[in-house]
Amino acid sequence: MSRQKPKLAVHKFSSCDGCQLALLNLGEPLLQLPALVDIVHFAEAGPSDPAAKVDISLVEGSISTPEDVQRIQQVRENSEILVTVGACATAGGVQALANFANRNDWMSAVYTEPDQIETLQTSNAIADYVKVDWELQGCPINSRQVIGLLRDLLSGVRPREELQPVCMECKRKGLICTLVSLGEPCMGPVTRAGCGALCPAAGRGCYGCYGPAEQVNDASLLQRFSQLGLDRQALARRFHFIVNQAPAFKAAGERLKGGSHDRNA
Amino acid sequence: MTATRDIHIHVPVLTRVEGEGALELDVVNGEIERLNLRIFEPPRLFEKFVEGYECDQVIDMVARICGICPVAYQMSAVQAFERLFGFEPPDWLVAMRRVMYCGEWLQSHALHIHLLAAPDFLGFDSAIAMARDYPDAVKRGLNLQTLGNDLIGLFGGRSVHPVGVRVGGFYRAPREEDVAPILQRLRDALPATEALVDWTAGLEFPHDEQAFISVALSHPQEYAIGQGNLISGQGLETDISFFDSFFQEHQSPHSTALHATLDGRPYLTGPLARLNLNFHQLPKPVRQVMEGCGIHFPSHNMFHSIVARAIELHFAVFEAIRLLENYEVPQASYTVVTPQEGNAFGCTEAPRGFLWHRYDVDEKGIVRYARIVPPTSQNQGRIEEDIRQSLEKLGLDSPDEAIRLRAEQVIRNYDPCISCATHFLKLKLNRR
Ligand code: SF4
Repeated sequence: MSRQKPKLAVHKFSSCDGCQLALLNLGEPLLQLPALVDIVHFAEAGPSDPAAKVDISLVEGSISTPEDVQRIQQVRENSEILVTVGACATAGGVQALANFANRNDWMSAVYTEPDQIETLQTSNAIADYVKVDWELQGCPINSRQVIGLLRDLLSGVRPREELQPVCMECKRKGLICTLVSLGEPCMGPVTRAGCGALCPAAGRGCYGCYGPAEQVNDASLLQRFSQLGLDRQALARRFHFIVNQAPAFKAAGERLKGGSHDRNA
Repeated sequence: MTATRDIHIHVPVLTRVEGEGALELDVVNGEIERLNLRIFEPPRLFEKFVEGYECDQVIDMVARICGICPVAYQMSAVQAFERLFGFEPPDWLVAMRRVMYCGEWLQSHALHIHLLAAPDFLGFDSAIAMARDYPDAVKRGLNLQTLGNDLIGLFGGRSVHPVGVRVGGFYRAPREEDVAPILQRLRDALPATEALVDWTAGLEFPHDEQAFISVALSHPQEYAIGQGNLISGQGLETDISFFDSFFQEHQSPHSTALHATLDGRPYLTGPLARLNLNFHQLPKPVRQVMEGCGIHFPSHNMFHSIVARAIELHFAVFEAIRLLENYEVPQASYTVVTPQEGNAFGCTEAPRGFLWHRYDVDEKGIVRYARIVPPTSQNQGRIEEDIRQSLEKLGLDSPDEAIRLRAEQVIRNYDPCISCATHFLKLKLNRR
């Protein structure tokens, strides 16, 4: 009985391309990837067949134009399993900060003839338009995450979702607490693990690029921030940052701002 | 009725170019009547949404403009803030930022040469396909890319959106025991980067000399990367804060990347422009490699860009070795700097060309206004001019496929960056 290699596609929407680099930056192991999967579409690496039927699609980027909406529907139809990778695809990305503002005003501030550019009013997560089977968090995701997920999917193992906060990774690594001991504002207690406590290991506070952990207690974090001399707005700015549209972060930021999005306050 | 023949070619995605783009070409009576490179990357409006954030947050935000050159964005931003706040980076910091930047040049140039451009020159549709016939060349490229990424990671924890850069320095200085193995790998890689220059110089290039203006940063003491004045091949020299007096940005129809011109004319920024203007500042051994490679610089053949990139890659490794050789952990990796109100300007040489930033900052250190001019949008006018001349030279009666391939190749010479501005090429060719 002959079995075909599973087919893989990598699709890009509005993004910085940083998540695709989790594959392109693999180094020599990149050359072993074709032994595992048949890469039929990955524009940045060469193969181009955007309309191909595939077993797994990795989707990077957010939806921000009418054309994107049609394209993601087509990707969904053509994919057995659809995986969103990174903050853009899972939550609209940093560019979704535009969702808080009047995008038309912003367009006219940047372009002299904004009418010539067709966009939606918002930048949205892929899951707002189509069913998503798995998500990888991070801005960017790293190679370990994506290879781990592909391995699981290819061997029929159910991927394990990370729900713990970054604090757990600090503990595992034996790092002293950035927030308590170093007195640096750190989003680790409310941010999902997966990065390996990158920022605390680099001597700074986490800035939340892996999105919300299972529990987001903004009230107790605010208390700690105040002890460090930071006000509500400073914490709000940290929730409304890279993963600003993830429901838990969005809500926390809005609570802190008192329901409005007055970033100048 | 006139006998009109319209030919439409659609190539939905220009592979191996980071960005989306479409080329519209109208050929009437054997002459180009209209040539538009449409860049379409959904506008992400970065300049607007950094408003209201702290300077150090903005350094992390603007990295997200481009996954391939986040260090460039961070460095232009941090330079702007520090200039405004009157902070003069100490020697250690200047040197180590330069090393980190060398890491980005190394990974980005290696990625471009091996994964994006070489398959073109050698007739493959991807590096993975090319690896079957040229396994050593592809492996060399991937290993150099990894080395560049690790060099960035040394200072920033990761290579995409690194987390080390802050106003006043680095959050943490690399430890000596982490520097040593990387230094060793750089030394080991040096011969391979030298070989790479010869390898690229041995590719077959079309004869395609064109007149164009090169623009780059220039610094009296070094081959400019992270600081300097803007200069052109035509005698311009200016402090970066006067960018607006010489350069203009305008929107062209159906393109989300703004075009830039110098005194109303297109210009070139990037590796070839830098080499053309600053090659005399390359360290002697690097210059010897350049002079021995068989391609003469300065060059006005854009196809030589890949060689220019290889020379800069070799230089980046050479320079990183020099700067890391006597590495010591400093007393403090950063200085706490008090923000000041005013207009901040920053400009550094991203792998693809100079990257200019302006921020207006209030007294609390909150950004109130931003403007960012990335390399790819600067090169757009030049790319259009180049395609026009190259296609005329190729012959407009050539088959559509040949025209499309040549246009793609020309565009790839500029290594247009995805998210910095452009994406895929659709060729819409109308012949009448
Ligand atoms: S999630 Fe972050 S790294 Fe990934 S594409 Fe979006 S901006 Fe880039």
